[in-house]
Amino acid sequence: MFNFPDPTQAQLTKDGQLKHFLDIEGLPESLLLEVLDTADSFVDMSEQQVKKVPLLRGKTVANLFFENSTRTLSTFELAAKRLSADVLNLNISTSSTKKGETLKDTLMTLEAMHSDMFVVRHSDSGAAHFIASQVTPNVAIINAGDGRHAHPTQAMLDMMTIRRHKGGFKHLKVAIVGDILHSRVARSQIHALKNLGVPEIRLIAPRTLLPRNVEMLGVKVFTDMAQGLRDADVVIMLRLQKERMTSALLPSESEFFKLYGLSEEKLAFAHPEAIVMHPGPINRGVEIASSVADGPKSVILNQVTNGIAVRMAVMSMAMSGQVAERAKKLEAGE
Amino acid sequence: MQIKIAGGRIIDPAQNIDRIDDLFIIKGRIAAIGDAPDGFVADEEFNAEGQIVCPGIIDLCAHLREPGLTQKGTIASETAAAAAGGITTLVASPNTKPIVDNTAVAELVQDRATDAGMARVLPLGALTQSLQGEQLAPLHALASSGCIGFTNGRYPIDSSRVMLRALEYAATHDLLVIFQAEDRALAAEGCMHEGTTATRLGLNGIPSAAETIEVSRCLILIEETGVRAHFGQLSCAQSVLLIQNARERGLNVTADVAIHNLLLTDEEVNGFNSLFHVIPPLRSQLDRAGLRQGLVTDTLDAICSDHQPQDAISKEAPFAATEPGISGLETLLPLSLMLVEQQLIELPQLIEKLTTGPAKVLGIEAGSLEVGADADLCVFDPEATWKVSEATLKSRGKNTPFINTELKGRVTLTILNGRPVHRSS
Repeated sequence: MFNFPDPTQAQLTKDGQLKHFLDIEGLPESLLLEVLDTADSFVDMSEQQVKKVPLLRGKTVANLFFENSTRTLSTFELAAKRLSADVLNLNISTSSTKKGETLKDTLMTLEAMHSDMFVVRHSDSGAAHFIASQVTPNVAIINAGDGRHAHPTQAMLDMMTIRRHKGGFKHLKVAIVGDILHSRVARSQIHALKNLGVPEIRLIAPRTLLPRNVEMLGVKVFTDMAQGLRDADVVIMLRLQKERMTSALLPSESEFFKLYGLSEEKLAFAHPEAIVMHPGPINRGVEIASSVADGPKSVILNQVTNGIAVRMAVMSMAMSGQVAERAKKLEAGE
Repeated sequence: MQIKIAGGRIIDPAQNIDRIDDLFIIKGRIAAIGDAPDGFVADEEFNAEGQIVCPGIIDLCAHLREPGLTQKGTIASETAAAAAGGITTLVASPNTKPIVDNTAVAELVQDRATDAGMARVLPLGALTQSLQGEQLAPLHALASSGCIGFTNGRYPIDSSRVMLRALEYAATHDLLVIFQAEDRALAAEGCMHEGTTATRLGLNGIPSAAETIEVSRCLILIEETGVRAHFGQLSCAQSVLLIQNARERGLNVTADVAIHNLLLTDEEVNGFNSLFHVIPPLRSQLDRAGLRQGLVTDTLDAICSDHQPQDAISKEAPFAATEPGISGLETLLPLSLMLVEQQLIELPQLIEKLTTGPAKVLGIEAGSLEVGADADLCVFDPEATWKVSEATLKSRGKNTPFINTELKGRVTLTILNGRPVHRSS
């Protein structure tokens, strides 16, 4: 009826290269595999004595964290430094927004510092898209988590972990368990698993923690752990926030653990070779038993290691997309 | 002043007129259709060949922002936008600063509108003081000073006892109450329709039940009190069925829908474009189909713009943090004409939904080209296309998702009380 601009192409150049990394949805399998392959090459490198490559030499990366996160911030910082970039960390949650400055004003100030890349974490869904729509064309935006919407680098490091343990995606049954409703990680994981060709993606949660029409994302929904975990190759547990108990979503932590917490008994429903993942930080005894978190099937710590490599991959790819686009514009005389 | 509008296709649903003819205006009133009255000498003649001549549009919901929010719009700027959109009468919302809950503000709004002279402005009064849903506003005094009806907008009246009493009091004085139905608890924190798109985008949804529960509660209390009642800007298919059902039981209620809810769905929010942030939200395809059906079956009496001008900064933030609303006065007619192009309804029926339909809702004598009536009319070229742009929009609010869109149907002449207030070639 109307020809409104297509928003799904915001993160790609005209040639299909990454220029921002906002969201997994809409990214083709080939591009996701390129991220994983590039990340693999960085893992090999980080095992060497000299851990730096000059891919982002002379570039300035600003980490804009409107929401606190020591873990994610430090892996992004380390990733940028290993790419030889200059890094600026801004913890904005405690400064400008409290003084009533709008997000747009903050961005304009930061742009004046001539950054080449913003790594953004924000509590509002769509914040990274908004920022990408506002900055000058030459700044790459990496989404480090926006509201409940997306956490694409977390999802890609999870994909990397899965591929390293399972060798591929096309034969897998993957179960995601817990608070899907509030989870940006789950949303990005679903898109990544789907675009990489995983034939069966399952969600396991009570109805109060499942968003409306979630089946439309191409997943199977279970409310029972025994059925949902049956024969699963990968079990991804999500963090459960304490405040879910006070907002009438769940009666108690103990009831949640009893029904949906990953104990060794419940894990026995999964495939014998199954791996257990968690984006962290974990709540022992709420969504996962300590014996499982620390057990032989857990790959939770591998996830952290892979996080740096994936972030290096995404940052270098987005930067080269920006450079290529700029060169093309110069050539075209724009 | 004597004006002749020559050779246009005159459509007046109130009189069942649809023919090519001449129309004559003398001293602010419709003097004749067809032959010129004796001794008529035109001060001005307007050639309307190939164009439609119809009663001036009556818009049941427009936020004019004055007093208090003039960075978003003023009565002068927004009534100029109305004139450009062929709208000659508009109903203004009471949630200004200060709120229209006392006669001084009600009079101020009307005085400013009279000074501007671009459109008739009928203010709505607040149903409760400060729209807080606790104590009654001075309804009788407000009505005496010109308020056409009363609403609490989307500010909740949580207490059903307060609601019942407000309706009883309004019924005592035969006052019209307008509901913009929304259950506070279910709508809380939501910024778009709760459905697949909200799930994908991770945005808090407003379930359809937020509207239908409140429509149901209001219908029960309307039946209890017999108050004159209207539902504004319905967004759910289920709400249309509830209204239809109530009418079948004999309840005298009316309802309208905003034009964007007839054309767009929640899928537009993809990409987080804040110009699609409206309350009530754009809903599912099924809801849109239900609303369109409601128009065809006359369960919905009118189409409105739900005009909500915003300044730029109100839309420049992540989606949920932006202010809702679409600036809609100038696009109401061309967007509505799409319903004819899509063969949902015929042109005369559409004109009815924009003129006599809303006039009946309000119980006013307007929206007709009858001889002797106030000469409020709109002439438009149904084939002319134009591009919506910031530069040409008269409204202070440039917040429309139709910006840079080509629309078909252009108002060429708007006459208010026998005086041209807008013309374009």
